[in-house]
Amino acid sequence: MSEHEQDPALAPASAGRGGAEDAPRAHLDVREQAPESANEGMRRPSEGRDAAARRIGVYVCHCGGNISDYVDVQAVVDAVKGEPGVIVARTTMFACSDAGQQQMEQDIAEQNLDGLVVASCSPKLHVVTFRGVAKRSGMNPYEYSQANIREQCSWTHTDDHEGATRKAIGLVRGVIARTRLTEALDPLVVETTQKALIIGGGVTGLRAAIGMADIGLGVFLVEREPELGGWVGKFGPMFPHEREGRELIAHLVEEVRKRPAIKIFAGAEVVSKAGSFGNYQVGIRVSADPPETISAEVGSIVVATGFDSYQPAEGESGTGLDGVITLPEFKDVIDNSKDNLRYNGRPVRSLAYIYCVGSRQPDGNQYCSRFCCSATAHISIKVSELDPKVRQYHLYRDIRTYGNFELLYTEARKQGAVYVKFPDDAPPVISVDKSGGLAVTVRDLLSGDEELEIPVDLVVLVTGMVPRKNEEMVGILKLPLGRDGFFNEIHPKLRPVETMVDGVLIAGACQGPKCSAESVASGLAAVTQSASVLKKGFAELDPLVATVDPDACTWCGKCLTACPYGAIAQLSLNGREVATISEAGCKGCGGCVPMCPENAIDLRGYTDGQITAMIDGLLQEAMA
Amino acid sequence: MTALAVAPVDENVSPPAPRILVFSTNNISDPGIDLAGSAHLHYSPGVRVISLPCTSGIRPSWILHAIKEGFEGVFIASDGDECAYLPDCAKRASRIMAEAQTMLKAEGIAPQRLKMAAICSVCAENFAKHMNGFTEALLALRAAGTK
Repeated sequence: MSEHEQDPALAPASAGRGGAEDAPRAHLDVREQAPESANEGMRRPSEGRDAAARRIGVYVCHCGGNISDYVDVQAVVDAVKGEPGVIVARTTMFACSDAGQQQMEQDIAEQNLDGLVVASCSPKLHVVTFRGVAKRSGMNPYEYSQANIREQCSWTHTDDHEGATRKAIGLVRGVIARTRLTEALDPLVVETTQKALIIGGGVTGLRAAIGMADIGLGVFLVEREPELGGWVGKFGPMFPHEREGRELIAHLVEEVRKRPAIKIFAGAEVVSKAGSFGNYQVGIRVSADPPETISAEVGSIVVATGFDSYQPAEGESGTGLDGVITLPEFKDVIDNSKDNLRYNGRPVRSLAYIYCVGSRQPDGNQYCSRFCCSATAHISIKVSELDPKVRQYHLYRDIRTYGNFELLYTEARKQGAVYVKFPDDAPPVISVDKSGGLAVTVRDLLSGDEELEIPVDLVVLVTGMVPRKNEEMVGILKLPLGRDGFFNEIHPKLRPVETMVDGVLIAGACQGPKCSAESVASGLAAVTQSASVLKKGFAELDPLVATVDPDACTWCGKCLTACPYGAIAQLSLNGREVATISEAGCKGCGGCVPMCPENAIDLRGYTDGQITAMIDGLLQEAMA
Repeated sequence: MTALAVAPVDENVSPPAPRILVFSTNNISDPGIDLAGSAHLHYSPGVRVISLPCTSGIRPSWILHAIKEGFEGVFIASDGDECAYLPDCAKRASRIMAEAQTMLKAEGIAPQRLKMAAICSVCAENFAKHMNGFTEALLALRAAGTK
């Protein structure tokens, strides 16, 4: 036990955080006499600290206007500034900004604060940020708590400003009440395995594998298909670099094979995951006769399983008619055309691209796949290179050739492609005309909303990306899905490759539509994120584990059967049999807490005292 | 960001919306509740959330305490079958519910004041719907003068 841990627990009421010498002897006795192995699972009697003697700083964030447009943040500060233990209470424009963090650091130092409350966004976004503020200022990071007044208040009560403000006051009072009872804790340090599992052998997974190996990490690269390469491995020239996808993949595979640190499992699937961040044990089922399951130890897992292409239903935008194909099908036609453009043996002299098929649909996929406008402009240029006489009609809702891809759009038009904007609610209709050819009827918004009928030889449905079906893997890894069905990162800007599952990272198009360059960039981000933890050789985990009050425990054994992780054991202490909980073995679920008939078990960070105080605080919504 | 005008609150008047305490979980239902906010779905501001690691860690005494102290209802936004910690989490949650209901009954508190439903990490609309339905149900209890 470090001095730091004992200090708040043993402090007399009047002395804030100091003065261990005046501590109640009963607690000291237990802690001194308990064998080392038992000490860790014993409750720290921190709730003996006088809650009112705490020195807490409270920061209520405007979040630009995300919070303050709906919640009167000044009223929240005014309401809580007189609360017992609150020394500083301020509003802050952006708590997470450098200026916001510096203000907190300055207050912690100048006011000798020992507790920190930030009322801002969801704790999922900024717990790490604000624990960092505490740590840098010499405050124990576990003395910090966050109140979620954005996702769970301002954003959901945009229709009731007074209600939102009162609720925010209750939420902040609740968190202050809990913070009065926080205790200084040390993170659990676990050794990490310096290896990563990469699931998916497409462009993202291959590039990430090379990055991992070059940074000194071992890699297990698992690909479901018998061949590495994914989508890109099938492509000819790609934008914006004009390199052939097939060549690109061949080069990456060659580089992967050069590195002995990378073990490749093609035709294989991940079938199990156990352990925790830094030390996962994964089962990899390899197709063989009979199939074999290999066990691997890894510190992190990168999921780079890619996407599926949207497949329109029969009849959707002419699907099923001869000469109506999707963008990936047309890409295949172009990549395999030498001198002229033919489809099914017939020459193609005119073609129409129908944009946003299956994308941005109110009743279907609502998202935009981003890459398709640029991919279609690029493919249009390829058609012109093949045969400049082919007439190309791009029927679009909006063109989103973002960044430098705008140059592709300009080039396609220079080559003679005609772009026609149709109304959102009136997509083009594809039919077969009297001669048996295809005809596309479309309203041209930019030419007086005139209806055009365009006879064409080929219709290309510009289809986007959809989430790949991976239900078994999602179940094994417990990956959270977003509303669009793609894997969800914690935050698109702040934590773009991390998931809710510690040490399980996502990269490439499995987290949302991306072009190949963006996919590779996110794959490398996952490498950096893995390396930042694994290369240290250890990881710090939250010490929010269950503890036993040995004075209250009567060793009935009910908790023993409540823990499937075997973290609870029997211990002889001062002639009594009591339960003890292993910090390393406890997963922090709290499942044993309500099983104890004596209420002798508490979960750190969620103790009986803290939750009860929080419940009371949440009801105190009165204004100042 | 001008300060909003907020009417002074009379401490003796019950707020119009019943106060509901929600127990959510850090990795499953709380992200679903966050998503409801991100999507600007509306429910009553009487709803207050405490997030825990796992539904199986809820003490039944917290439920009784909340209702006795002024929450008109408690809603457990449970992990259901998605719990990453405990394969039998749903069974444990049912046991906690049953124990809490026994405690409420002993105090003469209506069993309708405690509800549980599995809320997944993308169950935003589902959560908002539950909150709106529960608010209505609690208003009905209030109108009927039920304890």
